[in-house]
Amino acid sequence: MEKKKYDELVEKHKPHETRVQNAFIAFVTGGLVGVLGQFLVDFYSWWLHISSKDASTFMIITLIFFASLFTALGFFDKWVTFARCGLIIPITGFAHSMTSAGIEYRKEGPIYGIGSNIFKLAGSVILYGVVSAWFFGLLRLIIMGG
Amino acid sequence: MIQTYIYSFLFAGAVCLIAQIILDNTKLTAGHITSIFVVVGAFLDTFNIYDMIVNFVGAGALVPITSFGHLLTHGAMAKAADYGIVGLTMGMFDFSSSGIVVAIVFTFFFALFFRPKD
Repeated sequence: MEKKKYDELVEKHKPHETRVQNAFIAFVTGGLVGVLGQFLVDFYSWWLHISSKDASTFMIITLIFFASLFTALGFFDKWVTFARCGLIIPITGFAHSMTSAGIEYRKEGPIYGIGSNIFKLAGSVILYGVVSAWFFGLLRLIIMGG
Repeated sequence: MIQTYIYSFLFAGAVCLIAQIILDNTKLTAGHITSIFVVVGAFLDTFNIYDMIVNFVGAGALVPITSFGHLLTHGAMAKAADYGIVGLTMGMFDFSSSGIVVAIVFTFFFALFFRPKD
């Protein structure tokens, strides 16, 4: 088949409303994770009598733990396929990428399998986070002196 | 009280919405977008803009990955206030270490005990 004809055919069958639908699903799921985070902060500060700043650390730990556990149990992948950025952009996506890489490469052994691969995707987040935080921090030191 | 929940929903949702629009309409992958968002978060904290967002929105601003960049810059700047340019490297993980440690530890044990499901 000619390339042009093929492109036309693809264009015809490409569903157009899915982009709007995807965006809507991402907005709602992402928002719900935000609400869950706020609920956990309020819950921990009420239950353990700690400041909301400490409670937010507990909240991050809780979200990471459950994202990791659900990935290990196998059904978080389906949630991510459904919600996409709604679960990838919250901290759950960070935990999901690490745990799924760890489980996928476990057959290659503890060193070259799990050890080398858990940061396959999360590593870039840490790399660019650290480099940019260092650079912007330096910028601020130079401009504002601290 | 209820306002914080509404703001959390709207802010976290909006960040995910922007990410999803970028994902669907460009050739960038999820890995590109999360990396870009971390850099954006680190940048917004440079002049304390992200702190204002967190104070206003609540935990909804701490959940997206932009918050990770904000915590890195925040830790670096906190130590830099005492030790100058060397301090940038000393405190960077002060606030985000718990998240990274938990993710590493549980990933390790789950990877040991669970098999991939196909």
